[in-house]
Amino acid sequence: MDFLRPASWEEALAAKAEHPTAVPIAGGTDVMVEINFDRRRPEYLMDLNRVADLYDWEVGEESVRLGASVPYSRIMEHLRAELPGLALASHTVASPQIRNRGGVGGNLGTASPAGDAHPALLAAGAEVEAESVRGARRIPIDDFYTGVKRNALAPDELIRAVHIKKADGPQQYSKVGTRNAMVIAVCAFGLALHPGTRTVRTGIGSAAPTPVRARTAEEFLRAALDEGGFWDNGKIIPPSVARRFADLCAAACNPIDDVRGTADYRRHAVGVMARRTLAWTWESYRGPGRVTEGAA
Amino acid sequence: MRLDFTVNGRPRQADDVWEGESLLYVLRERLGLPGSKNACEQGECGSCTVRLDGVPVCSCLVAAGQAEGREVVTVEGLAHYAGQRSGGTGARGTSPDEAVGGAAEGAGPQAGEGTGPAPVQQAFIDAGAVQCGFCTPGLLIAADALLELNPDPTDADIREALSGNLCRCTGYEKIMDAVRLAAARRSEGV
Ligand SMILES: Cc1cc2nc3c(=O)[nH]c(=O)nc-3n(C[C@H](O)[C@H](O)[C@H](O)COP(=O)(O)OP(=O)(O)OC[C@H]3O[C@@H](n4cnc5c(N)ncnc54)[C@H](O)[C@@H]3O)c2cc1C
Ligand code: FES
Ligand code: FES
Repeated sequence: MDFLRPASWEEALAAKAEHPTAVPIAGGTDVMVEINFDRRRPEYLMDLNRVADLYDWEVGEESVRLGASVPYSRIMEHLRAELPGLALASHTVASPQIRNRGGVGGNLGTASPAGDAHPALLAAGAEVEAESVRGARRIPIDDFYTGVKRNALAPDELIRAVHIKKADGPQQYSKVGTRNAMVIAVCAFGLALHPGTRTVRTGIGSAAPTPVRARTAEEFLRAALDEGGFWDNGKIIPPSVARRFADLCAAACNPIDDVRGTADYRRHAVGVMARRTLAWTWESYRGPGRVTEGAA
Repeated sequence: MRLDFTVNGRPRQADDVWEGESLLYVLRERLGLPGSKNACEQGECGSCTVRLDGVPVCSCLVAAGQAEGREVVTVEGLAHYAGQRSGGTGARGTSPDEAVGGAAEGAGPQAGEGTGPAPVQQAFIDAGAVQCGFCTPGLLIAADALLELNPDPTDADIREALSGNLCRCTGYEKIMDAVRLAAARRSEGV
């Protein structure tokens, strides 16, 4: 095994171009487990800790550009207002020690259906900034997950940053597991209200081969909220609408039975989380902070 | 490969380090610092917790090469670290017999100069928070880091800060007591 230590982003891209099989290591919280247990013996291990840009973030007008290696603990501490869904999801990851090292770049690299960043990114709306010596491109988050633990990166590409839409309304993240800490999701659900566009976006974790959105449910809710004038009148969403939304979210799942839970349980739990997160977010939308309050 | 980094305030070097090796392995097997424990090698138990450039991390999940040029504090150096933080000049290292959860760093300038355990170590002893002691080094590092940032933690803060550390013996109550005790002593200036 060779240990590559690029000191800059350009060096990292050059190294990855020269050795496409090199395994990048950021926080190491996925990679080191595999090496410790002999599940992986990469020819090259490429340390990204020295690439300082990957630890920066910038808050722009519309979105946050989050460096690939920014640890979860920093997201929780510094980006709660801009990225509430991702901050909540980050807080559910593992333990303080893991959150001090692991970040969204590694979560995307692993692309596990159970990764906690994914539902939050899907719900908020995001693009992955991938780059190689051939050039840079932005991959919409909806196109990023291509299969179980597979993603859209080419062998010579690295993730530089993730561009995540700044919250324009309430967001929530909910996760089912056996305890609060150190739990891989049995299933998880992210919800973001987007009052600006009068849309709602979802993200479902651990209930399909990849993280997915419940598009039919989103479209149903968009139409129902629109029809009832709910964005303007701020009325409570009728239980029948919430129930239908929950059923459609459950129907978007394509889960399996495994040691953490059965497919039936996952479908059921996703429905429950959908209904609850809708109630929580809608309640805070109706509350004093309503952005459309007083608008024509 | 060769690894140069700072451990418990002293420059250290390790040779013939395998590229896939963990920082934990280097500390225990190459530098003779067995205080950090290896119980799972997968980030689940926290018994390998060290400070890496001040940040509490699982050393089993840090590739050795990632520690190049960085500063690591292990339980063996905790008394020294805590002493420096509080501005004390005398507290350089822990004498071997007094260190909780691992022998203090052996030969070298630190040995023998200790003035005793770090406050959080003393609190673990006094509260009876140590049974088999396997989890203790990691808990001490995590608890000390908590109290550094948050001198007056609530019970919820303590539970959260220690949620990455497993203990099979104590049932955690005495550990909670120990952290509360360390915080109370600190606020009283003991
Ligand atoms: C005890 C424990 C508990 C955990 N609990 C959770 C949990 O609750 N929720 C959760 O989501 N995850 C959990 N994880 C998994 C892990 O912590 C996360 O997936 C984390 O986000 C990985 O980030 P990292 O920086 O440590 O990744 P690394 O291990 O460094 O890398 C992960 C993958 O991404 C690739 N990679 C990293 N950076 C880049 C980049 N810039 N460009 C391209 N590829 C890259 C690597 O090559 C590797 O394939 C847990 C892990 C452990 C050990
Ligand atoms: S040995 Fe590192 S967390 Fe268990
Ligand atoms: S005292 Fe034995 S594991 Fe904690």
